[in-house]
Amino acid sequence: MLRIKCPICGLRDETEFTYGADAIVRRPDMDETNPQDWLNYVFYRDDPKGPHKEYWHHVQGCRQWLVLERNTLSHEIGACRLAREVPK
Amino acid sequence: MTSSRLSTGGRIDRSTVLKMTFDGRSIVGHPGDTLASALLANDENVIARSFKYHRARGIYTAGVEEPNALVQLRYGARTEPNTPATTVMAYEGLEAFGQNAWPNVRLDVGVVNQLLSPFMSAGFYYKTFVGPFKGTGFWMLCEKIIRQAAGMGRGVTLDDPDTYEKVNAFCDVLVIGSGPAGLSAALAAGRAGAKVILVEQDSTLGGSLLSAPVGGDGDAWLDKMKAELTAMDNVQILTRSTVFGAYEQNVYGVIERVWDHVLAPPAHQPRQRYWQIRTKQAVMATGAIERNMVFGGNDKPGVMLASAARTYVNRFAVLPGRRVVVATNNDSAYAAALDLANAGSSVTLVDARTQVPEKLLDSLKASGVKVLLGHGVLTAKGRGGVSAATVTTISPDGRATGTARHIPCDLLAVSGGWSPVVHLWSQRGNKPVFNSAKACFVPVNSAIETMKCAGASMAADGSVVAVAQGFSAGATAAIDVKAKNSSGDAPIAPKVSHGDDWGRDLLSINTITDDNGKTRGKAFIDLQHDIKQSDIDLAYREGYVSVEHLKRYTTTGMATDQGKLSNFNALSQMAMLQGVPISDVGTTVFRPPYTPIALGAIVGREHGTHFRPTRLTPLHDWHVNNGAIVSEAGAWMRPQYYPERGEGLREAYIREASHVRKHVGMIDVSTLGKIAVQGPDSAEFLNRVYVNGWKMLPVGRLRYGVMLREDGIVMDDGATARLGEHDYFMSTTTANAAKVLALGEHLLQTAWKDLKVHLTTITDQWAVIAVAGPKSRDLLGAVSSGADLSRDALPNNHFVHGEIAGVTVRIHRMSYSGELAYEVYIPSGFGHHVWDALISAGVPYNLCPYGTEAMGALRIEKGHVAGPELDGRTTMKDLGLEGLASGKKPFVGSVLRNRPVLIHQSRPCLVGLEIEGDQGAQAGSLLYLDTGPTEGHGEGWVSSATYSPALGKNIALSLLQNGPERLGETIRVVNFVGGTRQRAKVVSPHFFDPSGVRQND
Ligand SMILES: [Zn+2]
Repeated sequence: MLRIKCPICGLRDETEFTYGADAIVRRPDMDETNPQDWLNYVFYRDDPKGPHKEYWHHVQGCRQWLVLERNTLSHEIGACRLAREVPK
Repeated sequence: MTSSRLSTGGRIDRSTVLKMTFDGRSIVGHPGDTLASALLANDENVIARSFKYHRARGIYTAGVEEPNALVQLRYGARTEPNTPATTVMAYEGLEAFGQNAWPNVRLDVGVVNQLLSPFMSAGFYYKTFVGPFKGTGFWMLCEKIIRQAAGMGRGVTLDDPDTYEKVNAFCDVLVIGSGPAGLSAALAAGRAGAKVILVEQDSTLGGSLLSAPVGGDGDAWLDKMKAELTAMDNVQILTRSTVFGAYEQNVYGVIERVWDHVLAPPAHQPRQRYWQIRTKQAVMATGAIERNMVFGGNDKPGVMLASAARTYVNRFAVLPGRRVVVATNNDSAYAAALDLANAGSSVTLVDARTQVPEKLLDSLKASGVKVLLGHGVLTAKGRGGVSAATVTTISPDGRATGTARHIPCDLLAVSGGWSPVVHLWSQRGNKPVFNSAKACFVPVNSAIETMKCAGASMAADGSVVAVAQGFSAGATAAIDVKAKNSSGDAPIAPKVSHGDDWGRDLLSINTITDDNGKTRGKAFIDLQHDIKQSDIDLAYREGYVSVEHLKRYTTTGMATDQGKLSNFNALSQMAMLQGVPISDVGTTVFRPPYTPIALGAIVGREHGTHFRPTRLTPLHDWHVNNGAIVSEAGAWMRPQYYPERGEGLREAYIREASHVRKHVGMIDVSTLGKIAVQGPDSAEFLNRVYVNGWKMLPVGRLRYGVMLREDGIVMDDGATARLGEHDYFMSTTTANAAKVLALGEHLLQTAWKDLKVHLTTITDQWAVIAVAGPKSRDLLGAVSSGADLSRDALPNNHFVHGEIAGVTVRIHRMSYSGELAYEVYIPSGFGHHVWDALISAGVPYNLCPYGTEAMGALRIEKGHVAGPELDGRTTMKDLGLEGLASGKKPFVGSVLRNRPVLIHQSRPCLVGLEIEGDQGAQAGSLLYLDTGPTEGHGEGWVSSATYSPALGKNIALSLLQNGPERLGETIRVVNFVGGTRQRAKVVSPHFFDPSGVRQND
């Protein structure tokens, strides 16, 4: 029932997006060989109660990956930015 | 005229008689009746049998909180179990049946469950899992009996014949409830010019006013309000509509029962409509629900809420009892006593309080009501229904202090106080607070900026305050949404009968006990789930102290009524046991839906093929017109085989596969995922997502590649062609197209922002025809022009452009079948045209179309992996693809694929099986040592199986522990589902032409 303000498409219904999980984690560089770094990236997640940043994919719109601020407790939605514009 | 129907009064249309049946017996009613009021009017007093003990139950309430009078409504595919008779509008031809009884509710064999009741106390079901009877035959017997006897109505397995629709609506102010508070709120917001939607669950506006005697001031007030509201274009009114859920971003879910008040919806009309309303502000004016009291036999037919008795007399002109005992702890039941007496009943009012205002007593005296102060009802007596109330003097904590005496009665009307309907407010994540003066939980009005509560849902002090609160809430909401006009003056509240301020002087007693503090007989807290006071006590003794634990252990409040009547009494009993105030015990969490809703309404039209679009290839019509049997592959419909002369699947695919190896065949592979990979860094991108190297691939060539997931498991495989310097054409498997695209986009937009690459899905832009078989080059050479297909000019993994029937096409040389083969890429719109041209040109070459089943047989013969092998658990090593991986570069999954668990020696690896005997193996069968027990998960499994026409054998691909080292071993293949056991020889998965002579021809 959420509506998400896509920076490209404007306010759109939740059904146009897919959830892409935690946007806090950072993918290691391609040449990283330490398995622990990759395990952290692939498997380990915080489960915060409250404000969180999540990836959402506007699959039925502009197909951009977005970083959305969402409160996991209240479902309140904050800023929504293009993932490619969020600094590493 | 039926016996309990009063000769005058009521908000019913006596000019029309509605004929209905209950349990096959005729009953009559009038428009304006509910099924419950019609049943009472026809002296039907036993409506259902209870959940566990099969006790006779009647009508307890006049609203959505009804715990007892659940019926099977309608019949056939429209059967609706567990429907409260109090919420069903009467209509001509209505059929209802009493529930949970055999042969019927009057004579129910299951009543023996009452004898088992000591075994069905709190947590009884969980207790059967442990203890001395666990796993015994006795337990199995108990389980069977309990499962059969306990239960609600019967569901239907037939398709729902009705349609439902969805509406998205937007407003400034949503007003929920149309009693005095809700109407005042809608008026204030409407006058200010806000766009208002007013939603009422009842069939008509008015709320509590509808329960007052006809012709009073409330009626006049209601008419005036309705007139002003309906005259406003900016106010939309929905009746027979329930706001069942309140969600984030001020979204409210509403079910409108458009045509539930008739036998069947008219043609082309939806039965129900699901509204998703987005509003800026909401006013919750949802009222309050009266509570019963806990005493022995408080569930018997003839026990009813006092407010319900008043509603039946005034709204429906039905006298629910002639000799009435009214038991109360607050003022509100005085109105019920008065109206029952004025309608002709002889009434005794039993008030737990010792002090009551003279004004109240005087009004009753004039109508001949006898009043007993400081008294309570200890038990309801009677078989089948109430015949007497045992009444006694009580202490302020509800214990009997005197000798009990019988007062004969046929109706026992109870009021144990009221519970504000806080559900929607609470669904937004808020906890209501306890108001000890009024003994109820109320919302905190400031908790949600966009939701204001008014009236009885805030425990307002009567109608005057309710109107003031409602008007103020509506006016404030209008200001908050920047409405242009003023709301004007609040309406003068209707003069309603005394006693509407139920919270004043309420004495907080819910349970009447003997002098030892014990209830007499079976005293129920949750009527619908048959939870007794003693069950709560037992749960407490066993340590279930938290309300959430108590709820789940006893299942109190978990029935279809969700404890609208019972939750408060369960909580107060728990508070009493713990010796803490009820505010310390707290409430359980309220969740949508407020009342049960039909799933069909939520589904709307999105079912069957409308749930998910069916994808058809550009060649689909040809397949269907030429007799193909199509099967689902994800969202796609694909030709499985083209039967000739009565062939079944097996004969057809064996013929088709043999034909491909002998002559030439073609198959529609348009469903392959296709992604345009474009931009100067495309080669680098491919180099990272595929395990093999891509930097050296020249224009004009294509290459097979494998992709891993980030965790090192194989995700997908396919070929990618380099069309130009910065232009690649990637193909994926049919199943993984969306996944591959999303992963690529994710990597490019989050981790690899520096790569200049763009991905575009082009699956639907291209039709693809695979042409395979020894004659494929001859056929394509004959039908195409401008393309040199000779062995030297176009070896495997090369492509060339050419023209077929005037259409420019791209011809890839690559083989999935193991034969000399090509893939022809055609712009979608010309796919059918080119297919037709191939069919015509193919006659001299004996061209034959083949389906996915034959394709599967051909690829299994070659040992190519597909979906059943790429099952999300297998590694490259498992599948024998290890050699593809480049050791010189990192790629997605390159580190984690070497996790110890993924490179462990004993992992099942791909091998072939030759099955002994005439029967093929079933995919999913488990593999065991030839000699040894068939226990546990075995040493591997069969992933794909087929009959191999080329080998004349039944073969299979399987994953087997240490498989490649076990070639030649005989193993056992066990299919536990089909109950078959076979033997098989472990062989190389490359069954046919392992050196690839044919495809390299
Ligand atoms: Zn977008």
